[in-house]
Amino acid sequence: MVEGNKENQKLLISFEFEPGKVEKGYTDRRLYINLSENKIEEKSIDREVKETFTGGRGYGIWYLWDAVSSKTKWNDPENEIIFCTGPICGVTQYSGTGKTHVVTLSPETGTVNDNNVGGYLAPFLKFSGWDLLEIQGKAKEDVVIFIDGNKGKVIIEEVQGLNSDTYLLIEKLTERYADDEKDKRNLSIVSSGRGAENTNLGILNVTWYDVRRRKVRIKQAGRGGTGSVFRDKKILAIVIKYAGVNAGSNNAAYPELITEAGRRLTKEILGLDHVQNGMREIGTVNLLDHMQNYHCLPVHNFKFGSHPDAFKIGNKVWHRRMTQNQAGDSCWMGCAMRCSHAVDEFELITGPLKGEKVLVDGPEYETTAGFGGNCGCFDPDFILEANFYCDNYGIDTIGVSTTMAFLMECYENNILNKEITEGLELNFGNKKAALELIHQMAEGKGFGKIAGLGIRQIKKILVEKYGADAKFLQDIGMECKGMEFSEYVTKESLAQQGGYGIANKGPQHDESWLIFMDQVNNQIPTFEDKAEALHYFPLFRTWFSIVGLCKLPWNDIEPEDNKKKYHGMEAAKVPEHVENYCWLFEGVTGKHISPEELILQSERVHNLQRLFNLKMGFGTRKHDIIPYRAMGPVTVEEYESREELYNQQLQEIIHFDIKNKTTEEKVKALRDYREEQYQKLCDAVYKRRGWDSNGVPTLENIKKLKIDFPEVVELVKKYQS
Amino acid sequence: MIKVNGRDKEWEENITVDLLLEKCKYTFPLIMVKVNGKYISKEKYKDTLIMNGDDVQVIHSIAGG
Repeated sequence: MVEGNKENQKLLISFEFEPGKVEKGYTDRRLYINLSENKIEEKSIDREVKETFTGGRGYGIWYLWDAVSSKTKWNDPENEIIFCTGPICGVTQYSGTGKTHVVTLSPETGTVNDNNVGGYLAPFLKFSGWDLLEIQGKAKEDVVIFIDGNKGKVIIEEVQGLNSDTYLLIEKLTERYADDEKDKRNLSIVSSGRGAENTNLGILNVTWYDVRRRKVRIKQAGRGGTGSVFRDKKILAIVIKYAGVNAGSNNAAYPELITEAGRRLTKEILGLDHVQNGMREIGTVNLLDHMQNYHCLPVHNFKFGSHPDAFKIGNKVWHRRMTQNQAGDSCWMGCAMRCSHAVDEFELITGPLKGEKVLVDGPEYETTAGFGGNCGCFDPDFILEANFYCDNYGIDTIGVSTTMAFLMECYENNILNKEITEGLELNFGNKKAALELIHQMAEGKGFGKIAGLGIRQIKKILVEKYGADAKFLQDIGMECKGMEFSEYVTKESLAQQGGYGIANKGPQHDESWLIFMDQVNNQIPTFEDKAEALHYFPLFRTWFSIVGLCKLPWNDIEPEDNKKKYHGMEAAKVPEHVENYCWLFEGVTGKHISPEELILQSERVHNLQRLFNLKMGFGTRKHDIIPYRAMGPVTVEEYESREELYNQQLQEIIHFDIKNKTTEEKVKALRDYREEQYQKLCDAVYKRRGWDSNGVPTLENIKKLKIDFPEVVELVKKYQS
Repeated sequence: MIKVNGRDKEWEENITVDLLLEKCKYTFPLIMVKVNGKYISKEKYKDTLIMNGDDVQVIHSIAGG
């Protein structure tokens, strides 16, 4: 099937469908594929599901709930990977409307997982006629799923002898499926890599074609091991082809509302981005300097929040390294934010592509902070090499770097040694060993086999096999619900501790990011304030995933007078952008929506996801516990690194007399206080969200939200005391 | 004593907004300052003196992750 080599391909099934008709942002049908049974079907989306869950991730979670039982494991055939669109998805007049949202059971957490990713997949899928692509079952051998949205055809072919690694695969598939150079822009490909086969940290790469560079570009659905599910199902790639996107593709109800919202936002981006966040220049890595300056940059497995060498991987460096002014840096058509930057012609010094000059998509902030700060490798070339290989192998830069930082701390504490690591000297800052470990993880060889399991499983092995101290590992192993933390130090922000710990899928910042509002601006000082923020912002952010949007144009650009016109939490909502979203929703669907109704739409989905955790045996208070490293200093070394601050807090807030006290005694006093604060925060958040003290949505709440389906009620009743 | 973002801080004679920001290590470029509820424009940071007992708000416009 590649390069005309027909011997290596075998047609398994083909399916013809009526090319799509999008009406007011929806197609009202889903494409169902069962790889075990070689079955492809068109399924409808029920009116009740549409009214209750709106679209996108809402649909995904509902149909996954339907497909699996409480006993289903991530690698059982009945687990599904669901690619979701959303009613606003694919709009070309407003920035950030091309996101695909992916839902599946996670190998890391054992429960429902969601990811969002750029690239052209979701808009092409919808304009081909499908609100969702739902894949169940497992193929026997590697398959490529090809969807031709214009011809109305799905083909599944078995392929042999192809390496699953992304970099070369997507180039080959683009050549194979595009009719000519011009046609390449009509393709989007989903792929992963060998790392997803051999670890629990697999990602999906989703492509778009960069016309200016003449290169296939990628974004990642990174968290929770979605790529591992993809490869477990023996999917080598999904290729979708659709030509003909235009401003009318969504068949919107009131296009003028969309145009007006788009005009307003584009003007802000073009006029203000260079004095605000510089997303058009270096993208999300603009956060690096600020996190360093405010002690939020994870250094040495989240022990510290800053480092003297951070300037070596700071904003100025990336401004020089990333190729500037590239129109192809928009990961969906019409996005003025254009933040998907890349480093061109980067020469690799290790691994299977050693010596090749490649394009590196990124690095994003998380990758830079994770490999740079957390692993103590303050070297941009190392970060680029690690970024490239993680993407190419299909593994998560956040999961890998947080795991690696944990292993490095274990190594420096003699919990690990060269005998266990099979020769790798995993000290902080050892770039050579870090790169070697990435290659080993991808291959499933040597110590990489253990590292690829993720922190939760590694902790168990270290305790059971090597006699490590379980309590210390719990304190420093930065995972919650089985997922590794993303790259922010939260010790001084109680609200963000909750933002990570109470998040449905695990400690990923896309549910809430409240660090500055809490720690620096001190705008949410009381438990009630924090609970209100942890009610509103996760729900607001959830909304992007149910309608098919990117979060970044919401608050990575602001109207010039936003902070003057609005105050406190209200300003953080960016009210004019919320208004834009109401216009967009009404403009596409024809249904008027208020900011409050928007939150209600999210609340149904967010609560269903919490209930899904419950269905899978998680989702209660004990699963929201975070490692103490996320709350405060675990060790004497950490305490003493910010002794003045901690001493002051002990005296002024806790009224603890520090005179003649050892650091160990002070560490304990601070810990007792902070752990209690976290529990009080959980109480306040659960109450605000309409959950009981065990973190379970109440019957009253699920009735109010109209998600009181019989099996939901039955489930909740089991947890009522 | 003054308040900075609701937290007590020792007052120093002749301290301006500019010096206060430096002292607090508030290096983020996009901030908005209010003294006793009154907005202070960036060009006035150097000349605006903070008096003992003042309530200073330094709001960082950072979106984060």
